[in-house]
Amino acid sequence: MTKDRLWLGKYGEDQASDFLAARGYKILQRNARNSDGEIDIVAMDGSTLVFIEVKTRTSTFSGHPFTAVTPAKMARIRRVAAAWCSMQKVASSQVRFDAIAVLVHGGRVGIEHLKQVV
Amino acid sequence: MALAKTHAISLLGLSGTPIDVEVDISAQLPAFVLIGLPDASLNEATSRVRAACSNSGFHFPSQKILVNLAPASVPKSGSSYDLAIAVAVIAAMGKISPQSAEGICFIGELALTGAVNSVRGVLPMLLAAKLAGFTKVVVPEANLAEAALVEDLQTFGCQTLGQAIGWLNQTEALSVQVENLNTQKAPSHALQTLNLNQVVGQSQAVHGLIVAAAGGHHLSMIGSPGSGKTMLAERLPTILPPLTHEQALELAAVESIVGSSHLQNGLDRTVRFQAPHHSATMPSLIGGGFGVPRPGAVSRAHHGVLFLDEAPEFQTNVLESLRETLESGKVTINRSAGTATFPAEFQLILAANPCPCGFYGSISRQCTCSALVRRRYGSKLSGPLRDRIDIRLDIQPVRAAYLSTLDPADLTSSEQALADVITARECAKERLKSFGYSKNAQIPGPLLKSKFNPGKKAMLQLDRQLALGKTSMRGFDRCIRVAWTIADLAGLTSPTAENVAQAVLLRGPDQMLGEF
Repeated sequence: MTKDRLWLGKYGEDQASDFLAARGYKILQRNARNSDGEIDIVAMDGSTLVFIEVKTRTSTFSGHPFTAVTPAKMARIRRVAAAWCSMQKVASSQVRFDAIAVLVHGGRVGIEHLKQVV
Repeated sequence: MALAKTHAISLLGLSGTPIDVEVDISAQLPAFVLIGLPDASLNEATSRVRAACSNSGFHFPSQKILVNLAPASVPKSGSSYDLAIAVAVIAAMGKISPQSAEGICFIGELALTGAVNSVRGVLPMLLAAKLAGFTKVVVPEANLAEAALVEDLQTFGCQTLGQAIGWLNQTEALSVQVENLNTQKAPSHALQTLNLNQVVGQSQAVHGLIVAAAGGHHLSMIGSPGSGKTMLAERLPTILPPLTHEQALELAAVESIVGSSHLQNGLDRTVRFQAPHHSATMPSLIGGGFGVPRPGAVSRAHHGVLFLDEAPEFQTNVLESLRETLESGKVTINRSAGTATFPAEFQLILAANPCPCGFYGSISRQCTCSALVRRRYGSKLSGPLRDRIDIRLDIQPVRAAYLSTLDPADLTSSEQALADVITARECAKERLKSFGYSKNAQIPGPLLKSKFNPGKKAMLQLDRQLALGKTSMRGFDRCIRVAWTIADLAGLTSPTAENVAQAVLLRGPDQMLGEF
């Protein structure tokens, strides 16, 4: 992966994180990973524990960012989320999986937030 | 509006079920999901519809598109839902008002370019649509001629998906079949090169063929190789009257499913001639196939001729499967996807050699087969099957000496024979009208004895045959039917003793092949 794309991904996650924080989400952890994979953002939305996949792109030339969030990817996120919960000993009655698309284009940033995507 | 509905038709055999195509677009991760019991071939529609839509200028939203085919309990298959799905998706995207597609049925397969390709089974689908109360149907333009055969239904032909959308938005017009081609087309004679007068020196067999044509009797021909069996059989359609409108329509529905219909110039009223090779399997002959039942050769020969050349070479179970069909005139096929009934009223012609070497009973050459081999060969045509054959001709090779004495003017042409056949059939039809039959071959046994008894005097010889055990009861009935046909051909009101004698002769002996 090139340096630019690593930077873009990080930048997108930062933007998403700010976006969520501005909406009252409490960010618990960024880039929570285990051997199986990684979760970009773990946050609390009120009493709901939310796992968020962030996808950042600079154009929709190869499709909308959401098209890259495949069922296989979401399945992996669920597995990592289960592992995260047991490790962190976080108790929450509700868990949600969200996806955030960040489009960075010409100095402007567009953010779309899909709730409960699994 | 992220919800839209259109309609399509699911076809199982010849019967169709109206299907609601519902589309819901929701804020979810992008996906295109088809539910409602689609099979593998129908699931491929998602890829086709996506490409066709985007190549027609309708880009899918990055949302979840859910397509539901209801009722979900009906198994669905094939590519004919593409157009209905695409229109529903575009309607759910808000590119057309949902009301404009309401109550319209869409049939068609999409190409990736957005072009609408023709599909099989349009005719039965439209008949089902009409029955379900639809008044407007959009079909592929290539199927428009076929669609026009269904009356009281507005059918529109479209070439591309864009055209159909434009039509729904009332910015474009779709082509409409104005001319009703229903009854225009005369029977196209691909058979025109065939004529009965090309059969030289087989006047008895020709006579048998004419009787078979006039009464709709099943026929078998047994003779040595090269004696003209195939030649005779191929000429039977030339002396059969063209199909009526109803018959042609029934057949067109079957051919529409098979995909062999040629309705561009209207309804084809030619009598069909099906001659499957002796390697034919049960599904190819009777109908069937994997999952979804499809019509076989017996249904493609509906109201026509099914010719089984080299009949003993067919698999025994395949031949025996004809027995029920010969009696009922239809085939019912059960498969995992459901049960379908196809019409199969055909005239059967069996041709066979008398033995494996082909020369048993021949006056020209010596047979080299042993009695056992001969018996085994003959037994491949079972008694029950042979018993269902009304006319059993023994074909002898033509002798050169006989040929030299022949006057070409004496040969019966197809035109003459057809005129005779039509007259005889009219005669039979008139007589049988009140009983609901049209051909002598259809008269049931009890009716033969009560209403159509040729009388004691005429029946003398046949009664004696029965008394001596030379003919079965079924054979007895069959002789009377043939006798009626002979009488019809001769213009008589009732069969004479001579007619019955001729019928006994045409019916031939009951013994096995090669056991003369």
